[in-house]
Amino acid sequence: MKKTEYETVQASLDAVEAKQDMVVAEIRGGWGIRQRLNQMGIHVGDVIQIRRCCSMGGPILVRIHGTEIALGRGMARRIQVIPAGGEA
Amino acid sequence: MTAERGKAGPFRIVLVGQPNCGKSTLFNEVAGYKSITSNFAGATVSFTSGKVRILNRVVEVIDLPGVYSLTSLDPSSRETQRYLLDMTADVIVNVVDASILERSLELTLQLLDLEIPLVVCLNMMDEAKRKGIEIDIQALSRKLGVPVVAAVASRGRGIREVFGAALASGRQKRTGRHLSGSRDVETVISDLAARLRARKDPAVPFSSHLLATKLLERDPFFEKRVLSAFPDFEKTMRASQEALARSHGRSSDMVIAAERHALSMSLFESVSKVTRPRPDWRDRLDDVLMHNFWGYVSLLAILFSFYVAVFRAGSAVEKPLLEWFASIGKNVYGALPLDSLQWHAVKGVVDGIGGGVAIVLPYLLPFLLGLSVMEDAGYLPRVAFLMDSFMHRIGLHGTAVIPAVLGYGCNVPAVMAVRTLNSPRDRFIASLVATLVPCSARMTVVFGIVGWAIGGTAACAIYLLNLVVIAASGAVLSRLLPEATPGMMLEIPAYQIPRLKIVLSKTWLRMKEFIVIAWPLLIAGSIVMTVSDHFRLTPWFNLFTKPVTWLLGLPDAVGVTLMFGVLRKELSMLMLQQALGTADLAAVLTRSQMLVFTVFVVFYVPCVATVGVLIKQIRSRKTALIVLYTFFLALVLGLLTRVFAFLMWH
Repeated sequence: MKKTEYETVQASLDAVEAKQDMVVAEIRGGWGIRQRLNQMGIHVGDVIQIRRCCSMGGPILVRIHGTEIALGRGMARRIQVIPAGGEA
Repeated sequence: MTAERGKAGPFRIVLVGQPNCGKSTLFNEVAGYKSITSNFAGATVSFTSGKVRILNRVVEVIDLPGVYSLTSLDPSSRETQRYLLDMTADVIVNVVDASILERSLELTLQLLDLEIPLVVCLNMMDEAKRKGIEIDIQALSRKLGVPVVAAVASRGRGIREVFGAALASGRQKRTGRHLSGSRDVETVISDLAARLRARKDPAVPFSSHLLATKLLERDPFFEKRVLSAFPDFEKTMRASQEALARSHGRSSDMVIAAERHALSMSLFESVSKVTRPRPDWRDRLDDVLMHNFWGYVSLLAILFSFYVAVFRAGSAVEKPLLEWFASIGKNVYGALPLDSLQWHAVKGVVDGIGGGVAIVLPYLLPFLLGLSVMEDAGYLPRVAFLMDSFMHRIGLHGTAVIPAVLGYGCNVPAVMAVRTLNSPRDRFIASLVATLVPCSARMTVVFGIVGWAIGGTAACAIYLLNLVVIAASGAVLSRLLPEATPGMMLEIPAYQIPRLKIVLSKTWLRMKEFIVIAWPLLIAGSIVMTVSDHFRLTPWFNLFTKPVTWLLGLPDAVGVTLMFGVLRKELSMLMLQQALGTADLAAVLTRSQMLVFTVFVVFYVPCVATVGVLIKQIRSRKTALIVLYTFFLALVLGLLTRVFAFLMWH
């Protein structure tokens, strides 16, 4: 994985503002977390759109592969993303 | 290689699909109200099955819980996987939401690996079209090597074709093609598969390719199963996992997952054309219903009107229904000698049935109907989304709000709904929350005694106190049982217009659960009550409950009411009137006593029907904990209320 060149712009999903397209760069977590995210269609390299950030530490809503998925903050924190578009 | 089949009986069609793919719609369309729900052996996960006649043949159709993949992550996917591996299915119908084909294909690929005859049902073709996805069905069928049938189950389209294809495939024992990805990964898989095949052990009867993939995926269920059959295999297995990890620079499960993902993406791209989606009113709807502010306003409005509708409907029907039933009942036991044992026993049965009628028809039925509508429309996941941050404060995810909301109708369906939660810890906390929620039976006590004699404000105060206690209990419990799961992950499906047939059969299925589990307990409780009445046991019960009544400052005669309130909560008020010999409670009880009694009844011990389902959901030890906790909670709160009332009114 050549993630070093993106490192400066990489952010966790819960820190990104709504209505943006991002690319999943890394999933931080053990076997269970990876499997859970993978089976919902969230993989490294996928384009993910942030639809809605719930206030008060609530979940965020993302769109990926044509479905909408609500992710709790704890889950979102484990997903590292980089902006989509450009050469990425 | 198809393994030995360990089954006899009818031809078996098993429906498998991801959540919200319309699998249950398809199932209900053929099996409908004739279906039954059963639990997997030794698990709280349940599935539905029904015997139906298709093309002049009686077949068994089984609707397994929706799963995203065949991994042992949560109870439902574990049980689904185990069920499929038992090889009792003649054919699997993989129901796929065509509008999200790219993700759904990952499950299809895993099902192909099972080497059981497979038919893919491309459901929701209308939705896919709206999203601008055009799928070449023939091409997909060619690539997968199995029949692919287009359907719109919600409109009854394509259903006959799906089951026709399933029957044909099952008879021909036609399994699909195994799709392979990049060569280096495939080499490691087939190498490990060959080593597994060399062992040839009946303890591990399924496809070696599937097994090898699952071992490389580091699925604990398969690792355990293989290692218990051949303990010396561990070294080989770990070596393969490490080899794959080394060549790809990440752990072997990530390699397999990425491989499968890439495979389904390329499959999707080769069989479909994507154009611009047509805009839809539903895109707009979420701008309001999931809005940071308007979402909550509409949630409150929707829930409030739902309750008003249910209780209006309930109370309008309940009284005439009860009167009608009482007149029938009198005819039944009226013929027996008054006060004889038979008279009491028969009266108990009649009262028990009547109690069920009084809860089921007026309240439970509209409640479950409304719930099914909200569920099928796709609103419940949105409620979970909105409530997540609030529910986190009491140690649960947003999903757990559903059982809690259900509890206001009746704790029995509420506890049943707890099984949708993933971890045992969440199920336990949610069960406690659900039993603390005052059901409609307890509502009659709150409004019938406190609301009537003291005032609406006091009745509302009890509800408020209840909310505070629930929040506090949840918060304390979640501190004691630290969270293991990292948080909510919930698909928010597109809105659907619910179909009457599906809503009705879903409601009927849930009603049946109440009738089978809760109603017999109600009747049994009722018999115990009337028979002990026959033997004049009341004074003994009052003596037994003396410590509680004395502590709470209630008359001795109330004791029997409290005791039997456990059996039939909706009778608490009636029994109180009987025990005290008057309908005018204000004449025999002080305001403070009425308040204390009501608070105690609201919180103490769930009714016997609820205890029944609790045991089924969370086992007897945890149920006992809940019963004890609620009892002491009620005692403490009753005492506090007594002190509070004393300070306020003296």
